[in-house]
Amino acid sequence: MALSNVVETPASGFNFENVCRNVALEGLLQGGQTKAPKPMKTGTTIAGVLCKNGVVLGADTRATSGEVVADKMCAKIHYISPNIYCCGAGTAADTEKTTDLLSSNLTIFSMNSGRNPRVVMAVNILQDMLFRYRGQIGASLILGGVDCTGNHLYKVGPYGSIDNVPYLAMGSGDLAALGILEDRFKANMEMEEAKELVRDAIHSGIMSDLGSGNNIDICVITKQGVDYIRPYQESEYKDKRQRRYKYRPGTTSILTEKIVPLELEVVQETVQRMDTA
Amino acid sequence: MNTRGLRSQLKDSVPVTGMGQQVGAYGVQDTLRSGFSSVKNELLPSHALELSEKNFQLNQDKMNFSNLRNIQGLHAPLKLQMEYRAARQIQRLPFLQSSHLALDTLKGNDESISFEDILNDPSQSEMVGEPHIMMEYKLGLM
Repeated sequence: MALSNVVETPASGFNFENVCRNVALEGLLQGGQTKAPKPMKTGTTIAGVLCKNGVVLGADTRATSGEVVADKMCAKIHYISPNIYCCGAGTAADTEKTTDLLSSNLTIFSMNSGRNPRVVMAVNILQDMLFRYRGQIGASLILGGVDCTGNHLYKVGPYGSIDNVPYLAMGSGDLAALGILEDRFKANMEMEEAKELVRDAIHSGIMSDLGSGNNIDICVITKQGVDYIRPYQESEYKDKRQRRYKYRPGTTSILTEKIVPLELEVVQETVQRMDTA
Repeated sequence: MNTRGLRSQLKDSVPVTGMGQQVGAYGVQDTLRSGFSSVKNELLPSHALELSEKNFQLNQDKMNFSNLRNIQGLHAPLKLQMEYRAARQIQRLPFLQSSHLALDTLKGNDESISFEDILNDPSQSEMVGEPHIMMEYKLGLM
């Protein structure tokens, strides 16, 4: 149906039409003692460490929505390109979408130029995008990758700030993880030692922070390739929930059985030939 | 550096007070979509990003053209703008779906994906405009 008040096609991108309405609704809800549903956050511990031959990234797997654990096996290490992976903390949907967009843009670039993208490219694209939206996109990311210029580890904040250091932790459990990293980090560590260090850092985040928990994922990026170990270590507190609640036939005993045949008589029969030429 | 000459050729960004356009059917305020009408709503943007997003492309272009003028001289932005103006004319009537292929290729939008390509795709817009009114608006007769 054609509306007479639309004078030009609506612009694509974000639409702010419902902002006033949402603010008014929030006000009404608070008065009525009910709250709007909270978005799913990844209240998290993520960490990254530069080692001799590459980069080791680690993350826990809990996603919370308010005070409830929304996802016990959340994948927080996202694929960006064959040589770059990214851990995300903050609002789950924002980190997913931002890393998806980044990955698509870098794929287009690699198809155009025939090269693997560099980590600085990914960081710059992220920085531009997050600064443009002034922190409304709640995504704190740790990017790690190996490219022709070496191993890189960057941290990007939700407002677009970046930091380039050999070891990083982010998320709600970052203070606990940073404690472990500050204590035991050495430059040019071996791969196995770096993996153990990241595991310990994430473990301390899981133990000390309510927003982090369940399993630990580790992703090791080297010049030869990527090893995404999911899960690297499972939580000791596994719940013994049955997945199938169907009862097998014979569980209930049959007391009596009565069969009544239904007799139908053929009233009319028509045959229509189907043309299968 | 002197960019005064260039500014006269670029459209001005939408100012802060240019927000009030919430006219529904029959010329009355559309209460369902934009809430109760108040002078404040019409003067100020309701979201922190609303104004910045409305003007984003314009401001980017201004910045890039003024940089280009400072580096390469006046001819560079002039030539580019001429090409953009020509490419912008290759489109269908306002109420039909046009692909803007030439314009996108010139601006480099065919090699990147952002929220403009994912959210609020104009080809899937739920509101269709009245063709005659849209034509009148485009030609400036309204």
